[in-house]
Amino acid sequence: MSGFDELGLRNRRSIPLAAVPVEAGEAFRGTVVQAVRQGWRVAAFFGLPESQGATRLLAVLAQDERGELGAASTVVEGRYPALTPDCPEVHYFEREIAEQCNVVPEGHPALKPVRRHPPDHASDPIPREVSEAFDRERYPFAQIVSHEVHEVAVGPVHAGIIEPGHFRHQAHGETVLHLEVMLGYQHRGVERLLERLDRSRAALVAESIAGDTVIGHGGAHCSAIEALARSRKTPRAQAIRGIALELERLANHIGDLGAIAGDIAYQPAASYFGRMRGECLNLLMTLSGNRYGRGLIRPGGTVFDIPGGMASEVVDRLQCLRAEFQGVADLMLDNASVQARLEGVGALPRQRCLELGIVGPPARACEVPRDVRHDHPYGLFRFAHIPVATAWAGDVLARALVRRIEVQRSLDFLIEQVAALPRGAIRVECGALRPGELVVAMSEGWRGEIVHVVVTDEGGKIRRYKVVDPSFHNWSALAEAMPGNQISDFPLCNKSFNLSYAGHDL
Amino acid sequence: MLKFLRSRMQQGIRTSPFPLGDAGFPERFRGRPALDATRCPDGCRTCRASIPSELVVSDQEGRASLDVGACLFAPEEATACPHGAISFTPDYRMAVRTRAGALTSDGEIRLADALDERMRRLFGRALRLRSVAAGSCNGCEAELVALGNVVFDMARFGVQFVASPRHADGIVVTGAVSRNMRSALQATYEAVPEPKLVIAVGACAINGGPFRGSPEVGDGVPSDFPVDLWVPGCPPHPLTVLDGLLRLLGRLEAPGSDRAP
Repeated sequence: MSGFDELGLRNRRSIPLAAVPVEAGEAFRGTVVQAVRQGWRVAAFFGLPESQGATRLLAVLAQDERGELGAASTVVEGRYPALTPDCPEVHYFEREIAEQCNVVPEGHPALKPVRRHPPDHASDPIPREVSEAFDRERYPFAQIVSHEVHEVAVGPVHAGIIEPGHFRHQAHGETVLHLEVMLGYQHRGVERLLERLDRSRAALVAESIAGDTVIGHGGAHCSAIEALARSRKTPRAQAIRGIALELERLANHIGDLGAIAGDIAYQPAASYFGRMRGECLNLLMTLSGNRYGRGLIRPGGTVFDIPGGMASEVVDRLQCLRAEFQGVADLMLDNASVQARLEGVGALPRQRCLELGIVGPPARACEVPRDVRHDHPYGLFRFAHIPVATAWAGDVLARALVRRIEVQRSLDFLIEQVAALPRGAIRVECGALRPGELVVAMSEGWRGEIVHVVVTDEGGKIRRYKVVDPSFHNWSALAEAMPGNQISDFPLCNKSFNLSYAGHDL
Repeated sequence: MLKFLRSRMQQGIRTSPFPLGDAGFPERFRGRPALDATRCPDGCRTCRASIPSELVVSDQEGRASLDVGACLFAPEEATACPHGAISFTPDYRMAVRTRAGALTSDGEIRLADALDERMRRLFGRALRLRSVAAGSCNGCEAELVALGNVVFDMARFGVQFVASPRHADGIVVTGAVSRNMRSALQATYEAVPEPKLVIAVGACAINGGPFRGSPEVGDGVPSDFPVDLWVPGCPPHPLTVLDGLLRLLGRLEAPGSDRAP
């Protein structure tokens, strides 16, 4: 082991990039594989372009029980032996590295495109595996060849108002044998934009990584910038950000419960939850002037305050919402026919959840209690705690139950915190970024762990900006949960994960 | 059953009084931007140097004017002017019929006119739309979904989103049109039978929004698409979209409502 865990790296605390050990290929591989066996998790793994066609691969590891982060790296040229065979949770990161950096992870079991775009960091010549496998127009779908098996293709333009993505089912009669998810339609080049845009525009791009996770991504972005600038926001700003994050969680979890109800044709809950989701968005609009909280969070703190009068109005509205939510959640989830319809559908085995590094409510629904607010506490969550909610079955019902409990806990938390805001300013100065540093800003968005890794160059400019949305991990969970289910249950399974296409595609 | 009836009673009727009553926006809501050019000192270009969007454009004489279509509705767009010339009004109505219609010297815009007689006869009472998200963040789509909830209840005006472009009278495009969605957008448009409408919703579809300039997007709906309605916003409030749609269909013609106050 290389001392990857002795760097003093913590959530939102930057360290000099030079402190991150650079190991030879085999040693690096040993470090990561060994660490994962000892309970560490790969939170981010990406390429950092170096001079003359070389790429520095950097893995950010998280030890959730101790709240520690570590970093390991190696320099490769063109190709390296893939880690995936010994460490399945990096399978998607390695596909991304191949696509972004033109580096071939040799021995990767399924080297396919992630987003279908030309390499960001082109090196000549482009290796054959990359140029052939990563053709924008062609995607090497896995196929089951049999005259009894048929293929069902869905998307990119779906039946509802849904983001674009393509799903390829191999089905035997009604039963799905295999699902492959092809994404990239929403690719907008977010990481490159965050690297080159000035700070005020970058904040707007960060809020638009996933439009339903404005606070989650916007907050992680600003925290990374603040850590690199050594700007310390006030307790009041931290509290307002934490409150906004929980409001965002409320809106989306309640909306998801309504969408699940809609997919099983339980109309009353679909209508009531749909309306309550709007109430939460309207609370964010009261705070920030926008239903999704845009414009609230900026480097150094927040743009808007919560004055006393507004705080008591918000508490009143939350109390009303808490009573209404309780009633409708009971109506839906205590109903035997609803339970029967959701039970056993789209079950994700706990073992696969652990192997694939799944995060957020889908992991917690498999009794994997991962939660950044608890494991790597930051801001308001250092002082005020929300108990982690888990279920055990890993199916659609379990994911619904986790959301229900999380809504209740966030409501209790909000009612307490909004009424007890610390005094002080809402925004402080946030100056120039420290040169040659690495920061990892993690946040528990409503979908799960959001990671922003930022590396600055010698002049204090952003050299590499890496975004990991929880959906990046969790799309694999959907593909894993589908086989054995009826193809007609695909929308329900998909809805129960409710993953972000935009957050994945960047 | 009793539980259900009780909960139904408690829920009551929640549909918004729109278009008849007060929409109830909070004080901080950022609606249509406005420019007070009398506050602009001669030759001042401060806003153009610091604004994080393309909201401020120069007119023929080099004076500042606004492109509402490019507005990202960020607080910084107002604070970019140290003289207080740029502000956000509480007016949520801002859908226009032409791209040029989003350009204004002071923020006043001519709200969307109705379609011609023939199109109104075809679509005025029942409009079916197909949503195409193409390089978006899912913010605009979320607001389009919200139009179907019990509060906004777009279906009460005869407007609905449908599952297939072949059942649709038009498409609603959101997103900056990523390279990976370009051909799917084209195919969806072609699958809609004539005559058909194209509605561009959100700053991304209008000019690329926050992603403008990225090599992976086309800075909005391609210029060869005949757009009938442009709805500014990031994302537009559901009522901004609904107001635009109803104006397009000639369903909002109360006196004085054709021009923003």
